[in-house]
Amino acid sequence: MATAQINPTRMELTRLKKKLSTAIRGHKLLKDKRDELMRRFLDMARQNRELREKVEKAVIEANSKFVLASASMTPQALSSAMLASKQEVYLDVSKRNVMSVDIPVFTVKTRTPDSNDIYCYGLAFTSADLDTAVTSLSDVLPDLLKLAEIEKSCQLLSAEIEKTRRRVNALEHVMIPETREKIRFITMKLDENERATQTRLMKVKDMVLSNAHGY
Amino acid sequence: MYRVAVIGDRDSIYGFASLGLDVFFAENSKEALPVFKDLANGEYAVIYITEQLAEGLAAEIEKYSYLPTPAIILIPGLRGNTGQGIANVKKSVEKAVGSDIIFND
Repeated sequence: MATAQINPTRMELTRLKKKLSTAIRGHKLLKDKRDELMRRFLDMARQNRELREKVEKAVIEANSKFVLASASMTPQALSSAMLASKQEVYLDVSKRNVMSVDIPVFTVKTRTPDSNDIYCYGLAFTSADLDTAVTSLSDVLPDLLKLAEIEKSCQLLSAEIEKTRRRVNALEHVMIPETREKIRFITMKLDENERATQTRLMKVKDMVLSNAHGY
Repeated sequence: MYRVAVIGDRDSIYGFASLGLDVFFAENSKEALPVFKDLANGEYAVIYITEQLAEGLAAEIEKYSYLPTPAIILIPGLRGNTGQGIANVKKSVEKAVGSDIIFND
C-alpha cells in the first residue's frame, strides 16, 4: 500500500486535508459540468439525428435528379454547364462557448445575394431536369450547413464529456478514497504516538514516585 | 473567411459546384487522400465527403474530429453508401453516454 511512504506528521496531515477538500470541491464541480454537458449533448444529438436523416434523404433525392439530368445531356454539355459557377459560398466561423467547449457557429455568406445565381449555365443547351436537380440541391444546402455545425458540436461535446467523466471517476474512485485513507493512516499514527507518550510519561511518573517515596 | 469543400466521385457531387461550393473529384480513397489532407489544413471550415470515399479515409478523418475546424461531414453519394454518416452520430452518442440511448428505437 502507498501508505508506507507517507510521513506521519502534522504538516502532512494539514496538507492532505487541504487536498481532500479541494478534491471534493473539484469533484462536485466536475460532476455538475458533466451533467450539464450531457443535457446539452443529448439535445444536440437528437437534433443531429433528425437533421442527418432529413439531409441524407434530400441529398439522395437530389442525386437521383442529377442522374436524370445527366441522362438527357451529353457529358460534355453537362461539364461545361457546371464549369463556371457564378455563386460562391463563404462561411464566417465564430465560436460559442458551451461549458468551456468552443463549438463552431457558421454564418453563411454568398458572393452574390441573388438566389438565382445557382443556375450558372445558359438555358439553351441544358435540360430542364438539370434545373430541378440544382434547385433541389440548393434547397438542402442550408440544412447541410446546419448539419455540419451540429455534427461538429456533437463530436466536440462528446469528447469533452468523455474527458470530464474520466476526471470525475478518477476523483471519485481513486483520488478521494486514497487521500481519505492517507489521512486516516496519519491520524492513527499520531494518536498512537500520543498514547505512547502518555504511557511513557505515566511509567516515568511511577518510576520517579517510587524512587522518591518508595510506594 | 472560410470556404466549403466537397470531395467525391464526379457523378455524385458535380451539382454542388453550381451552388458555389468547391468541388474536388476523386474516384477512390487513394486519390482522395492527398486532396483531403490539403483541404483539411487549408481554409476550409466544412468538408463534405461521400461515404464511399470516407470509408478508406476513416483514420484520417478521425484526427480532425476533436479540432474546432474543419467539420468533416459524410454525405451519401450515388453508390457505395455505407451508412457511416449516421453510424458516426451513433458512435459519438455511445462515447458520451456509454451506451446508445438515442437510436435504440
